Amino acid sequence: MTRKDEAPVATRKIVKRRTRASVVHDANAPAIAARDLAAAYGDRIVLREVTFDLSAGAHLAVVGPNGAGKSTLLKVIGGLLPWVGGTIRVHGHAPRDHLCIAYVPQRSDVDWRFPVTVTDVVLMGLTGRLGPLRRASERDRRLVAGAIERVGLEDRAHRQIGELSGGEQQRMFIARAIAQEAEIVLMDEPLAGLDVPSEADVLALLDRLGGTTLLVALHDLGVAAARFHRVLLLRERMIGFGTPDDVFRPEALEAAYGGCVRMVRTADGALVVHDSACSREVP
Amino acid sequence: MSAFEWLVAPLRYPFMIRALVASALVGGLCSIVGTFVVLRSMAFLGDAIAHSVLPGIATGVLVAGRGDRRSLFWWALGTSILVALGIGWVSERGRIKEDTAIGIVFAGMFALGIALLSTVRGFAVDLVHVLFGDVLGVSVGDLALIAAFGGAVLLLVVLFYKELVLVSFDPTLGATLRLPVAVYRRLLLVLVAITVVVSLQVVGLALMLAMLVAPATTAYLLTRRVRSMMAVGALIGVASGLIGLYLSFYFAVASGAAIVLVAIAAFLLALLLTPRRGLLHRPARR
Repeated sequence: MTRKDEAPVATRKIVKRRTRASVVHDANAPAIAARDLAAAYGDRIVLREVTFDLSAGAHLAVVGPNGAGKSTLLKVIGGLLPWVGGTIRVHGHAPRDHLCIAYVPQRSDVDWRFPVTVTDVVLMGLTGRLGPLRRASERDRRLVAGAIERVGLEDRAHRQIGELSGGEQQRMFIARAIAQEAEIVLMDEPLAGLDVPSEADVLALLDRLGGTTLLVALHDLGVAAARFHRVLLLRERMIGFGTPDDVFRPEALEAAYGGCVRMVRTADGALVVHDSACSREVP
Repeated sequence: MSAFEWLVAPLRYPFMIRALVASALVGGLCSIVGTFVVLRSMAFLGDAIAHSVLPGIATGVLVAGRGDRRSLFWWALGTSILVALGIGWVSERGRIKEDTAIGIVFAGMFALGIALLSTVRGFAVDLVHVLFGDVLGVSVGDLALIAAFGGAVLLLVVLFYKELVLVSFDPTLGATLRLPVAVYRRLLLVLVAITVVVSLQVVGLALMLAMLVAPATTAYLLTRRVRSMMAVGALIGVASGLIGLYLSFYFAVASGAAIVLVAIAAFLLALLLTPRRGLLHRPARR
């Protein structure tokens, strides 16, 4: 454990975390630092040459075509998948040493008929902290109720999860990340399949997660450009990292999408143009 | 005959009282463990573990003789736990598809069991008892074993309830919370294995899957939380055990089959009539 007594952020963590395993954050290190990172499924390299620094509290959109490695990158950062090359450091330590990372799965990966309520799911975020054999205390339950209130689901708290709309399902997972006291939240395609109002709700909620480092895998370049300070463009390797203006240049988009996508800046933000004359399927 | 007499008449026989207690205990236990079998979609796995007990019993018969029921129990228990852990190990390696691996273990172990048993004279009787149960032959000692091991399984479920539910619902969350997900997964397999062995005398191997799955699925249709699914499932399981045994007594039907048929009837009823998930109900969305 590296302990930095002079760093107020780090000392606060010591008080807050009464758990095993979790390391004390190195206050001088970026929230996430990747150097020539590579990841593989079995023998097949699916992601390489990823190099970037993300400071704590930054919101990053990870964009790229299907199969570009967006989910893979999130899983490596979450400590769910080992990496095969380069380095990845989360607050100065290996991802698996952290308890402060929340991962929000794609909605299609969740069994929505599972007999649990919204409160049950948010409470699951506390399981690690409670440890085995212990049940949630009154204080834990208040914490969970508070997290549910913060995402505006208090009137849905005792609904079975399959009764929620798509947007509400995403907000429930955000509440779980809040209850988990996650400092880094990884979200895999949270806007997939949402209607426009739900999408706006979820995005507004993400904007309010101040202080939380956020990495969101996205399909929609327009949303990435309009709502995120930093974007990372992937297609099996990193094509660009930086502000949307820096990254979404024609040559980078061509490299990622094969020339089918253009981005036009307007007064209201960015407009993404899909070239319909370009019949080549994006791989 | 009045309803009261109808209920009391079988209780004149001590073997019936023992059988009723055993059926109720096993019905409840199978349903509670079966809750996880249903929620994790591991019905095939449960069936495989059940059938893989046979070579253990066969070895017990060969080593200790068929009269020694106690040692048959231990042989069955040891084998089922080994098989459960083995299947868990194979399915985590991922070289072949999980259901293929399970199928091979399942059929291989069952064949091995039959081959071993066939070397024993009069093996047909043993095989029938193992396959279809012998609840009327339950002794006080058997009851004690059922209660002790069933109790141990329930205790583990209570102690690790939230972890078992979490890894069933969202193993990825378990991984980000740095919980030992693989350990809990194996614990669940071992709980299924113990349940199978404890239930062997009541329902038998061939119908074990029904008791693991039917009451829990019925409860799944009727409830919306894991806790109530377990409670309702246990009630249905106990009731199936008792009603099935009475039907078996009065209509001279094989007891294991009668218990399973009652459980299946309850499931069909729920499937037709449930307010939220039944066939006669149209969900608002999806």
